[in-house]
Amino acid sequence: MKEATAPKIAWGWVALAAIFLAYPLVFQSAFFRDIGVLLLLAAISASAWNIVGGYAGQVSVGHGMFFGVGAYVPLMAFTHLGWPPLLGVPIAIVVVLILSVIVGMPTFRLQGHYFSMATLAVAELIRLLVGTWDFAGAAIGLSGPAIPRGWWDLTFTSELPYYYIFLGVLATLLLVTWQVQRSRFGYYMRAVKAGERAARSLGVPVRRTKLYALMLSAAFTSVAGSLYSIKTGFVDPESGFGILVSVQMLIIAALGGAGTLIGPLIGAIILIPLQTATNTWFGGGGSGLTYILYGGIIVLLARFEPGGLVELWNTYAPRRWRSGSHAP
Amino acid sequence: MLLLQVIVGGLLLGAIYALFSSGLTLIWGMMNFINFAHGEFVMLGMYAALLAAIWLGGGPAVFGFASLLALFVLGVVIYFSLIRHVVRGPMLAQILSTFGLALLLRYTAFWLFSANVVSMPETVLSGNLNVGGILVSVPQLIAGVIAAALTVAMHLLLTRTTIGSKLLAVAEDRNAAMLMGIRPDRMQALAWGLSAGSAGIAGALMAMSYPWSPSVGETFGLTAFVVVTFGGFGSVPGAMYAGLIIGLIQALSAYYLGPIYKDVVVYALFVALLWLRPQGLMGKA
Repeated sequence: MKEATAPKIAWGWVALAAIFLAYPLVFQSAFFRDIGVLLLLAAISASAWNIVGGYAGQVSVGHGMFFGVGAYVPLMAFTHLGWPPLLGVPIAIVVVLILSVIVGMPTFRLQGHYFSMATLAVAELIRLLVGTWDFAGAAIGLSGPAIPRGWWDLTFTSELPYYYIFLGVLATLLLVTWQVQRSRFGYYMRAVKAGERAARSLGVPVRRTKLYALMLSAAFTSVAGSLYSIKTGFVDPESGFGILVSVQMLIIAALGGAGTLIGPLIGAIILIPLQTATNTWFGGGGSGLTYILYGGIIVLLARFEPGGLVELWNTYAPRRWRSGSHAP
Repeated sequence: MLLLQVIVGGLLLGAIYALFSSGLTLIWGMMNFINFAHGEFVMLGMYAALLAAIWLGGGPAVFGFASLLALFVLGVVIYFSLIRHVVRGPMLAQILSTFGLALLLRYTAFWLFSANVVSMPETVLSGNLNVGGILVSVPQLIAGVIAAALTVAMHLLLTRTTIGSKLLAVAEDRNAAMLMGIRPDRMQALAWGLSAGSAGIAGALMAMSYPWSPSVGETFGLTAFVVVTFGGFGSVPGAMYAGLIIGLIQALSAYYLGPIYKDVVVYALFVALLWLRPQGLMGKA
């Protein structure tokens, strides 16, 4: 069974990779390339969220805290020490690992709701603190290098280098996730998601599994934040830690299919162009409408198909098109 | 003297926290379900009060009751259209349902009412009371006292009446309650109505003395989480004490550290609680 389906899935991924590689060369206008970059960034964040929220079933509604730390630390390193922002990336990862222990250690011995509440509260706590912290630029935020001092500042005028850097990060993340989901740890995560008590009785180290999943997820979310701030050259409390940062990861992963490799990609491919379209159609006032739409989509997903589009596909698509396993 | 005034103000606000948090703890205790949209219910209660005051006129009794009724109905509708279908589903669906609802309500409110800060029109109640040198605003005093009375009433409703026994029976064991001739669906819908209604009237009471905008819902929602966690899972008396304590802590941190830090201190307290005493003040160990 596995041998029969494996080549088919691989071809789908090869096709997808080819499309992503060719996209900016086919669509050369800055507008389309910008959408491509946004889409990749959203896919990276959502895939990172997916590790703990999808595979391990621990729903974080405050992943913006990891994104924000990832976004702030490189610009802090630049502003205060004059370092290339890139050097801030590993520091940010260390910080989010500590942060995930602070959030995860106490809540993972409790029921799942506590983790969700804690993520929301801590994200909001950090957003408020950063908004008053002068070292982090307070409410105004921080800026990156205006004029590149060298390639290592990663300040390009073209979108193209960013696109391929982001694509590389996304590919790495998906490869890591794919490896993880096939490993013993991946089975642990799914066992925890399916039922903690049963998992524990079979000898799965439940708390440790949840914590490691969070740490892995947080590290990649932090990288996504760093990519964002290095590319934009700017971050403020709202774009780093705002609730909508967290919401976007959650909705993209859940729309595509939480706990699947392809899900966050599908979610990003659908939602980012949609979001760009509503913002273009409705102008600045469209952002409010976008969030109403987000809320509506999340409610409908929860009500009718928590498995997302992948699950919908697996239910209704003709049998021969379906993927062999539930986690393609 | 000023400190004493801050303390009284904190306790009066804390009584309102206790009221809406008792609504959250009711759902939490009864269905083991966290409502991420609870703060939005409070926010909607504030707007319902405003609209009632404009359209119907009358005093706090009118708009208070209007908010209660409007939110009770909303709670029941949300139960039947959404919650009933996700409550036994996967964790992801449970959390997404009310989290999405919170966003939907919050941004719809932004869209309908704009982001501007509003307050009640020429407040029917105004003025200050001078109690031995401490100035207490009359609307705050009345709101606090009513909120405390309603929280106690909620507790009595749950512990001393047949309806309360039925609610607790469903919470205890859904199937056994069903065998006793109780319809769990109706009881849970009632619980959602009571929960949202308490948030609604708490919003109306708060609207009497504090200006607001659609973004207050998020703050109140988080405050309710802290109060409920502090007071212990499903305990209305716990929510009562914890609400008063949180109101006090908030007032004192605003006084000593500055108004921006009042929420920071409360959220930090939440994380500390999860580390040290997740079962809460009155919860079983």
